[in-house]
Amino acid sequence: MQDRRPDYFAWFILPSVFLAVALTASLASLFQFSLREHIPGSLQVGGFTLGNFGRMGSWVYLRVFTDSLALSACTALANLLLGYPLAYALVRSKSSLLKSTILITTIVPMFTGDIVRTYSWLVVLGKNGFINGTLKAAGILDSPLELLYTPLGVTIALVQYSLPIMVIILAAAISHIDIAYEKAAASLGAGPLNVLWNVTLPLSMPGILSGTVTIFAWTLSAFATPQLVGGGKVNMISNMVYQLGFSNFDFPFAAVLSMVALALIFGVLGLMSLGMRRLERVGLH
Amino acid sequence: MDRVLRVLYGTLIAATLLYVTLPSLVVVVTAFSDKALLMFPPTGFSLKWFEKAWNYDDFRKGLVNGIIVTAWASCIALAIGTMAAFVIERFEFTGRRTLEAVLLSPLVIPHFTLGVAMLILASEINLSRTYTLVVACHVILVLPFVMRSVYVSLKNIDPALDRAAASLGASPLKVFLRIDLPLLAPGLAGGWLFAAILSFNEFTATLFVTGQRTQTLPVAMYTYVREYADPTMAALSSMLIAVTVLFLVAANRWLGLERILSIEAAR
Repeated sequence: MQDRRPDYFAWFILPSVFLAVALTASLASLFQFSLREHIPGSLQVGGFTLGNFGRMGSWVYLRVFTDSLALSACTALANLLLGYPLAYALVRSKSSLLKSTILITTIVPMFTGDIVRTYSWLVVLGKNGFINGTLKAAGILDSPLELLYTPLGVTIALVQYSLPIMVIILAAAISHIDIAYEKAAASLGAGPLNVLWNVTLPLSMPGILSGTVTIFAWTLSAFATPQLVGGGKVNMISNMVYQLGFSNFDFPFAAVLSMVALALIFGVLGLMSLGMRRLERVGLH
Repeated sequence: MDRVLRVLYGTLIAATLLYVTLPSLVVVVTAFSDKALLMFPPTGFSLKWFEKAWNYDDFRKGLVNGIIVTAWASCIALAIGTMAAFVIERFEFTGRRTLEAVLLSPLVIPHFTLGVAMLILASEINLSRTYTLVVACHVILVLPFVMRSVYVSLKNIDPALDRAAASLGASPLKVFLRIDLPLLAPGLAGGWLFAAILSFNEFTATLFVTGQRTQTLPVAMYTYVREYADPTMAALSSMLIAVTVLFLVAANRWLGLERILSIEAAR
């Protein structure tokens, strides 16, 4: 760290200050809009009111929030169950072919983008899609399974969407565990499950905590997946915001929901950093 | 006992990998179908959906718009992010931590919140439906990724090099341009690439801030899925998946994905 500022200091810092101001201003105008009256059928907003926040109490909107929280929680748990074995194999496997296979297959969906990924699930889950078509052709099913436009279908797609992040976080945590601990436990007679349960899992606790919470928060802000796979029948906060904004032109209330979502996510992440600090104090790092 | 566990573990890994890959595989198979309806298993083979996807006007316009937005956004973010991260990392000044927190905050702000917020701000200053708005939105979204890669590269530069150059008479700007910038270059290339990919694929915030004229490829694809159910989208998706896989395999071979994603095992 140097204290003496070079002569280019202002030129280097000003553009980013401008961006930071623009970002803050956009969030400020979001807040300002949330306090404005909605004029039905118009893009203009009326005077200041607190009424928009009162509408949050309506069952329709509370339902969207509880649904979003439930979907996010299921997604985070499923991610942990599927992601941990994968991350462990990624770090500990001796075969570099297996390692790159896991890495590339897990990461590809992350880079193909929301729409390609979500569209793919429509083809898999649809009434005449891959799952139903295969099961019907095999004579297992007579009537198609309802997967599209159901919470189950949305969760299946959401888990695939976030699994790469989970695997990256868990793999980073597992790679920091000295393999000597596992070898020592095994040489003292512990079976593989015993080693996993009593040594590896406790030592990867920080990764498990931050991975699960990150996925939970990340899923709360999902949009494309519930929008297309949910098809209007399974709505998360983002879908309600989009509908309010672009079907009803009710931007003031859309602003309220966006802000509540933001507060929720900040709250969850704040709790996580408190939890991480406690874990560090206990000495499980 | 050990063998049973081993087999179970292998099966679990294989099943999970299948689950993750299945959608892409199914889409590629669907793209070659000869029916206009999505059907499984496919009954014939044709390439017509690739032709249709390639010639579809909205996809072409979306691709051009997307490339314009991505090119501007990734380069602007690279320049601003590099300068900001360098100054924040190397110098002490008032508001340093606040500035950093605000610039990195898009990592946790939901993209739809940012989209609505940017749209409202833009409509208040008469910028809605412009490229400026879309580019600004993308710059804000990808900036944290550029800054992170600059931070990582800066950690590997010995500040003594700067002091040595300065003591030999180089002006501060010259030190930056001749010493730090060349040493940062590989990290910057990685950061720029990451920013460009994210910008090109960004959908949620983009849907909020684009109009008919400025819509990017993901938005055009979304509109298509809402209106038509034929395999044109499958064909376009297959092409995008193929490009992504080729790119990732190459990146893994030459750069090492594990290192980029910082999950290198501690040895």
